[in-house]
Amino acid sequence: MREVAIIGVGCTNFGEMWNRSFRDIFVEAGLSALEDASVEGEEIDALFVGNMSAGKFIDQEHIGSLIADYAGLASLHVPAVRLGAACASGGVALSQGVLAVASGYYDIVVAGGAEKMTDVGTGGAIDALASAADREWEVLMGATFPGLYAMIARLHMHKYGTTREQLAMVAVKNHLNATMNPKAQYRGEISIDEVMSSSLVADPLRILDCSPITDGAAAVVLAPAEIAKKYTESPVYVKASAQATDTISLHDRRDITTLDATVYAAKKAYKIASIRPIDIDLAEVHDCFTIGEICAIEDLGFVPKGNGGPATEDGLTALDGKIPVNPSGGLKACGHPVGATGIKQAVETVLQLRGEAGKRQVSGAEVGLTHNVGGTGGTAVVHILSINR
Amino acid sequence: MAVPRFWRNIPARYNLIGTKCLTCEKCYFPPRTTCPACRRAGKIEMHKFEGIGEVVTYTVIHSASEGFDRQTPYVLAIIRLDEGPCMTAQIVCDPNEIEIGMKVQSIFRKIAEEGPDGVICYGTKFAPKR
Ligand SMILES: [Zn+2]
Repeated sequence: MREVAIIGVGCTNFGEMWNRSFRDIFVEAGLSALEDASVEGEEIDALFVGNMSAGKFIDQEHIGSLIADYAGLASLHVPAVRLGAACASGGVALSQGVLAVASGYYDIVVAGGAEKMTDVGTGGAIDALASAADREWEVLMGATFPGLYAMIARLHMHKYGTTREQLAMVAVKNHLNATMNPKAQYRGEISIDEVMSSSLVADPLRILDCSPITDGAAAVVLAPAEIAKKYTESPVYVKASAQATDTISLHDRRDITTLDATVYAAKKAYKIASIRPIDIDLAEVHDCFTIGEICAIEDLGFVPKGNGGPATEDGLTALDGKIPVNPSGGLKACGHPVGATGIKQAVETVLQLRGEAGKRQVSGAEVGLTHNVGGTGGTAVVHILSINR
Repeated sequence: MAVPRFWRNIPARYNLIGTKCLTCEKCYFPPRTTCPACRRAGKIEMHKFEGIGEVVTYTVIHSASEGFDRQTPYVLAIIRLDEGPCMTAQIVCDPNEIEIGMKVQSIFRKIAEEGPDGVICYGTKFAPKR
């Protein structure tokens, strides 16, 4: 297997973009990644596109062809594959792109992700997101997606004494980080009180515990490490790419408060990269709900199980903490265009490792981790990126 | 969801019919065609659950999906059935009454106001065991 590097990154603004289509945003992200990598269209061997549900959001399937076409690559007949794993579609696209380059089958690969969520009403978007859960035995029994995470939160509070305030602190921190990210959907600070008094969605989760509905796209350009320096002075190396699955239904898990898919993907990634959780300088984790980040920092091994709440309260995950988590603002405040999220996490990590993250720069960052979850944990993808080969 | 998709699950939805693996003696709900523990070595047969269990965790849904929006706020829980498996279902009780560890029993109820193609969906909910 060959070592793989990220030689270029691109990302659209995240938010509600009424005047822009699915194809517009994907092309913008892809072109900016190619420009960043100084790669010409003729050099591209394949496209891997993460997309959760264009079928439900924009009534469009056959995404590979559509994207190749509007990126100007159909005339070159570049192979293009769309990958779906709910909210982890982007992470899976990155992983498959990395494997394709590592195997030696392709050299230059674009791994991207896109979701256009605001062409349907809120009801339509909520229904599309619900298809990440078990439609027959969760959704049709009355579950909503926030409701499932609320049940994780409720049990976490019961078992470990995690407080309602600690959940709110995740949102407050991520919104603060997003004030320094010009591409973020929400650029304003919020307070603990505002989170705690926002409207109840699924008790104990309130609206400010939830990530928003977002339009957005992101892309990275991958190349074999041995030729990466031909394109860029600052390649970022993919030290590990690992994916794991678990039961699609939350109720069938070994432990409701642990995402075993995260645990397994992380363990595998640490082993491949030969590093420990303590070696990670920053992480972009899957905070689709505030409880998601608490579970993530535990399941990724940053803190012992059950300590996610107190660790957040103590500032461990703050921008100036020991392991800054979600410097981009996370899904919570930067936004969560589901299929794009896993790629956006890689884009943010690359910018951080290159020292190009502006006001939200984590100083001296050399190793970063991305963590992307599908559904309530039926899929998890972990990548470890480093400036050192 | 199309009517046949709901209709084909009626034994499971109405009468809590799941499966049991004769090889490992584990029970599963909803029914499965393969035992996730024994895989090819599993021997599956139908199994009717008693409908008695305990609340593992719960939430009170304030913002519901279509078909459920007229029931809010309602209690949704993960219930561990006495035979072993867990399932997600609504609990018919006062939202202030629900707690982790509460004993519950199954009841037959209308599930969704207007489900697939305008058809009213019936199935299993739970109530506090008295
Ligand atoms: Zn078995």
